[in-house]
Amino acid sequence: MELKIESASMKHKPKQSQFVADLKRLRRQKLLLLMSIPFVIYVIVFSYLPLWGWLMAFQKYKLGSNIMNNEWVGLKYFRELFQDDMFMHVLRNTLAMSIINLVFGFVSSIVLALMLNEVRKVFFKRIVQTVSYLPHFISWVVAANLIMTIFSLDGVVNTILLKLHLISEPILLMSEPKAFWWMIGLTNVWKEVGWNAIIYLAAMAMINPSLYEAAEMDGAGRFRKMWSITLPSMLPLIVILLIMNIGRILDAGFEQQYLLMNTMVVDYAQTIDIFVLKYGINLSRYSFATAAGIFKSVISIILLVMANQFAKRMGQSRLY
Amino acid sequence: MKSVMLNRRMGRSRFSVFDTLNITALLALMVVTLYPFVNMAAVSLNQAVDTTLGSNFIWPRKFTLYNYKVILKDSIIYQAFMISVLRTVVGTFTSVFCTAMLAYTLSRKEYILRSPISMIFVFTMYFSGGLIPVFMLIKSLGLTNSFWVYIIPGLVSAFNLIIMRSFIDGLPEDLVESAKIDGANDFTVFIRVVLPLCMPAIATVSLFVAVGQWNSWIDTFLYNSANSNLSTLQYELLKKIQSANLSIGGSATSAFLNQQNAQANMVTPVSMRAAITMLATVPILLVYPFLQKYFIKGMTLGGVKE
Repeated sequence: MELKIESASMKHKPKQSQFVADLKRLRRQKLLLLMSIPFVIYVIVFSYLPLWGWLMAFQKYKLGSNIMNNEWVGLKYFRELFQDDMFMHVLRNTLAMSIINLVFGFVSSIVLALMLNEVRKVFFKRIVQTVSYLPHFISWVVAANLIMTIFSLDGVVNTILLKLHLISEPILLMSEPKAFWWMIGLTNVWKEVGWNAIIYLAAMAMINPSLYEAAEMDGAGRFRKMWSITLPSMLPLIVILLIMNIGRILDAGFEQQYLLMNTMVVDYAQTIDIFVLKYGINLSRYSFATAAGIFKSVISIILLVMANQFAKRMGQSRLY
Repeated sequence: MKSVMLNRRMGRSRFSVFDTLNITALLALMVVTLYPFVNMAAVSLNQAVDTTLGSNFIWPRKFTLYNYKVILKDSIIYQAFMISVLRTVVGTFTSVFCTAMLAYTLSRKEYILRSPISMIFVFTMYFSGGLIPVFMLIKSLGLTNSFWVYIIPGLVSAFNLIIMRSFIDGLPEDLVESAKIDGANDFTVFIRVVLPLCMPAIATVSLFVAVGQWNSWIDTFLYNSANSNLSTLQYELLKKIQSANLSIGGSATSAFLNQQNAQANMVTPVSMRAAITMLATVPILLVYPFLQKYFIKGMTLGGVKE
């Protein structure tokens, strides 16, 4: 309240004096400044300063040289990037795995949330939830070890498939090039479905119960209520999460693929992030790798803006 | 009208077909989620040679603690475990304190830099400089081959800041005001009044940061792989998995099979990996179930607000 009056009265004063007034206020806020400015410096150094490093992509960067003294080469490395067969492969893998993860991730977590929402025994519901969060909290290193054990030649999956006579001899699913993308999608669901369902369950809890009562009066069954009340009520949330995820579509991941891949599936497993690591750190082609990184960031931002614009046009909720 | 009644009764009856299917499916999900963990735990507690005869069991056939003895005696694993504990404790404490302090200043409505600082942090959620530029930065700051690379770069994240700030924003304003009238300055108010009231948010952020610290291996891999004194448990486990990956397929039935006589005192890569995996998993298992109601709230706060 106080604040409103203050800013209203300031509007009538010339700009100069508002600046002076701001400075005066700032002087009284010395301690707040002291408590926050170190973190502003921190975030500028660790999050914004690396953007300066983007310049590397436009020059012939030599390790240890000053970034302003290098030879400028324009878009040379970007051109090389698009002529690189490997990069095209990597781009394809990234998009494929992202889309699989996006679809699997959304569908599985919404379905799980709907299923949990139908459970009336609170105790049972809580146990299922607690168990379903577990894989989210373990590292991909641990998860990779578990996954490779399960899918090994004498692992439980092969044993079951053999017993059911679905296969005649054990197969290494994690080394099957054609299966790798789907295995990534599947293992990702295993790890994150419980965690991702949290937000949908919270949204379901917010739905006005009288809507369900009214629907019941009209004779709606369980599935009808899900389809006509629960899902439409969650649509704004789903749209927002979808926009955020479309912005991350080139973020197919690094850890999961890096840890689960082997020489048999490498052509299908490498993502942009692994490509950047390989060229940048292992092969010291800094400029080339940075160009790949910039490509990823720029596309991500463009996609985010486009998805947001699209949602706006469709009359849906949006990110900004 | 009759069908309406019927439907309603169906919906409310104690155990419909739908309920049965639903609960069966959820039970199946629990089995699929838990089996890998239970199996790994059983393997880690089973005699290594016995495990080579087949590893699909959920209860140790020949119980032993020998696998754990071996890995804990291994000085590299032990050192890595200690570094993992240390980075988790130090990293969580510093990060939570700094995040809370910054969040407090950003929740002061009179603070003139409140919205610009918030914006600076929120933007970082949508872009990143990328791996190579960050790598160069860390190198030029002299943070490679140092413990501090585990602590400093991830000190305050926008996501945690939002969770903390939304919580502090929800505290009654009068508390801060009355403390100030009593002559307390902002730092005292933060330490004495706000921090003790923030425990739910602190629990949430602590869990997120601690899990991130405990599970991290990329920073060890990128910046500290040359210094084995700074290695972490996850990174050591990774190295063990990768050396196993090279000999893919021959995971369990390879070596050691013929040496039946020395059974009790044998250890195989599979059993060692199982024991290290459990060592990396159990601390998380002990913590997260008790913080559930906090992180659920944190997720719903941080997830929807940008």
